[in-house]
Amino acid sequence: MVLRIITNFFSRIFVGLFSRRNNLSIGFYGPPNSGKTTLANRICKDFAGKEIGKVSKIPHETRNIQLMEEINFEHKKKKMKFKLVDTPGIATKIDYEDFMKHGLKEKEAKKRAKEATKGVIESIKWLDDVNAVIVVLDALQNPYSQVNITIIGNLVARKLPVLIVANKMDLKKANLKRVEAAFPEYDVVGISAKKGKNMEEFYESLYRLVK
Amino acid sequence: MKSRTRTRTRKTSLKSLTLQFIPYAEISNLDSVNRIKKLLKVILANKIILLQGKLRADEETRLIEDTMALIGSVKGFKGIELAVLSPQISTNFFDNMKRGLAKMLIGDSDSITIIGPASIVREMRRDPNKIQLLLKKK
Repeated sequence: MVLRIITNFFSRIFVGLFSRRNNLSIGFYGPPNSGKTTLANRICKDFAGKEIGKVSKIPHETRNIQLMEEINFEHKKKKMKFKLVDTPGIATKIDYEDFMKHGLKEKEAKKRAKEATKGVIESIKWLDDVNAVIVVLDALQNPYSQVNITIIGNLVARKLPVLIVANKMDLKKANLKRVEAAFPEYDVVGISAKKGKNMEEFYESLYRLVK
Repeated sequence: MKSRTRTRTRKTSLKSLTLQFIPYAEISNLDSVNRIKKLLKVILANKIILLQGKLRADEETRLIEDTMALIGSVKGFKGIELAVLSPQISTNFFDNMKRGLAKMLIGDSDSITIIGPASIVREMRRDPNKIQLLLKKK
């Protein structure tokens, strides 16, 4: 608890430097198919009036960085402007045969795999250009996966403020407690980006993260 | 019934599996580029690495980047599975100080890192105290 207060205090000072310069960028990171674009779309629809990208059940739908240059965030009289950076899911393996299981033809699957590998590299490179990060995790999956730990470890090493989102909370097997137990030193918000569940708390936490 | 059991056994049997242990001393003097090069060389030889210690956060992301670059260029390479087991962080100040001092002197060698080629290791299931390796059916 004390550690979290200290971390948040320094995070706010650090991010405050950027927000005063009015060039705050918030990155959406996480493993593939955790709902990063679904959440980004909801925020963009709420504060910019349009969606940022396409979503799909097939992993690695987002294979390029997607940007929404100006989000005019306003929630309960709290205002801020930021650039939203939606990134391709970070993975340690990409097998075109997995895409074929989702009904893609071999040629299409190979193309998707090639683009997905480039997307992962691009996501990692963009870590240099964001001031705060929302890590979107699938609350149905094991949170102890090394990709999650690698992403969060990297953000800590870069001293970036982090908010963890446990997404897909509308589904029966979603387990918020497991995500909280895996990352006890971070704020974890359970939401359903698809159904818009608990977005109020998410927006509160988002504002706290960067202000 | 008998024939079904026999078929299943044949399908899941592996011809051989090599686990290569890399002591921390073997990578401690290498720079990040050469550490990752060394690890990827072993993985490309279809071996599972048991590394004493762990990579730094920036080295882990570098390993992922290099892995992604190799997927397109090395035939049959589909990436890696990776898991790290570290000792639980103590809340005791003196324990943490002792660990920090030891880390400074001999490096971060109290963790275990397992890295395997995704063509062999289907999944690594990790929880705080154990790692389960699920292998691909041959």
